[in-house]
Amino acid sequence: MGVGIDVQDLSAWFGKAQVLNDIKMKIEPSHVTAIIGPSGCGKSTYIRCLNRMHETLPDARVSGSVKVGDLDVYDSATAAVDVRRRIGMVFQKANPFPTMSIYDNVAAGLKLNGFRKRHELDEVVEQSLQMAALWDEVKDVLKKKSGASLSGGQQQRLCIARALAVAPEVLLMDEPASALDPISTGKIEELIFQLKERYTVVIVTHNMQQAARVADYTGFFLMGSLIEFDKTQKIFTTPSDQRTEDYITGRFG
Amino acid sequence: MKRTRFQQGLDDLKQKLLQMGGMAESAIEAATESYLQRDPKLCQLVFEREDSINAAERAIDELALDLLAMQQPMAVDLRFIVAVLKINSDIERVGDQAVNIAQRTMDLLAGPEVAEIPVDIGRMTATVSTMMRRALESFLSGKAEVAQAVLEMDNIVDRMKDEAFVILVQRMKQDPDRAQAYLDVLLITRNLERVADHATNISEDVIFWVRGADVRHRVGLDPEDRPAMPQ
Repeated sequence: MGVGIDVQDLSAWFGKAQVLNDIKMKIEPSHVTAIIGPSGCGKSTYIRCLNRMHETLPDARVSGSVKVGDLDVYDSATAAVDVRRRIGMVFQKANPFPTMSIYDNVAAGLKLNGFRKRHELDEVVEQSLQMAALWDEVKDVLKKKSGASLSGGQQQRLCIARALAVAPEVLLMDEPASALDPISTGKIEELIFQLKERYTVVIVTHNMQQAARVADYTGFFLMGSLIEFDKTQKIFTTPSDQRTEDYITGRFG
Repeated sequence: MKRTRFQQGLDDLKQKLLQMGGMAESAIEAATESYLQRDPKLCQLVFEREDSINAAERAIDELALDLLAMQQPMAVDLRFIVAVLKINSDIERVGDQAVNIAQRTMDLLAGPEVAEIPVDIGRMTATVSTMMRRALESFLSGKAEVAQAVLEMDNIVDRMKDEAFVILVQRMKQDPDRAQAYLDVLLITRNLERVADHATNISEDVIFWVRGADVRHRVGLDPEDRPAMPQ
């Protein structure tokens, strides 16, 4: 089961420029939450703060609190590597390890964590590829083909399988289907819908129809602030804030 | 990122629906006038107008579907188009009620003359026309409070119809030779009451579009705004 995420007074900076302002958000466990907003509104920065990816960039700084289940993400005693194991991430551009086989791509995280037993690895690789809805397409070429030899949509599902292999509780997705054709996008969306039974999913998307299709909750960001956060159905039919309405109806700017 | 073409499509939809509403409103007035004046030419006019109303209904449905498919509207725009689709159907049925009234009038004119029918169809028509006009005004202006006022008028028309029923049924018993004529008048009051229901539906759809609140069957209204239920 996924766990809830409790974000309190989260602010983020690049150097002196503040890019997130006092974000408060309670993300429901085992649900899909979409983050929408115009380019530069801070939505990618926001999800990168949830698993401490933001701090990997030069001059980047964060204040506030993020709790993922019982894990205090920004506690000084919490190791970033442990946070990122419990909170997986999938990026806009699929980034499989190009020279590794499909099998090794999925097993990479496990091996880094000291997993060595062959039959256990086999089991987790199969389960992860099954959950990512890729198993049937690659089961016969697991060790023969490299990750880079797959199509764009398959590569993205491979990255999802790789993220799932280390048994995270939360899956963050940053524009996971923006570079994919409609059929591959449909598969990823179907997958997201299924994944929420086991994981808490947070997805950043520019595609509002996609947010409407896959998310239970949606947050609208504007200039680093969370303007509105509510059930997706409410956001896309009767938003409370005029700025949300202007953005989703295309009257913004 | 203003969506000029989309906005033009929405404006066009509104314009077309208002034109159709105007046609239906004048059809009702012509139909009841044909009854009041005993004028078969006016009945003919109502029958001819029905085709225009039906054609307008199809054109509006097509444009609304195009906008839904091509522009993927959200929030207030989505509510607007959904409201238009429903209002479109209600207006077309108002046109049908006008035809029904004209048909009853033709039947009345074909039958034996009835000296005096103690039901004020003129007054009932005035109330129903006011409801239709205000419902369409609320759609034009996007003023939910105007639509709300229409909801409160529905009970008045219901009472008029109930009173007419009592009187006309009594007349049928007293004067069975002219029962058919009384029945025709009774059905006209029923047609007018249905027009009031359509005006109420249109007003509810305007409130849904403007406020995002579903007030059908009076469930979404604030208790203070809720009209008194008939005793």
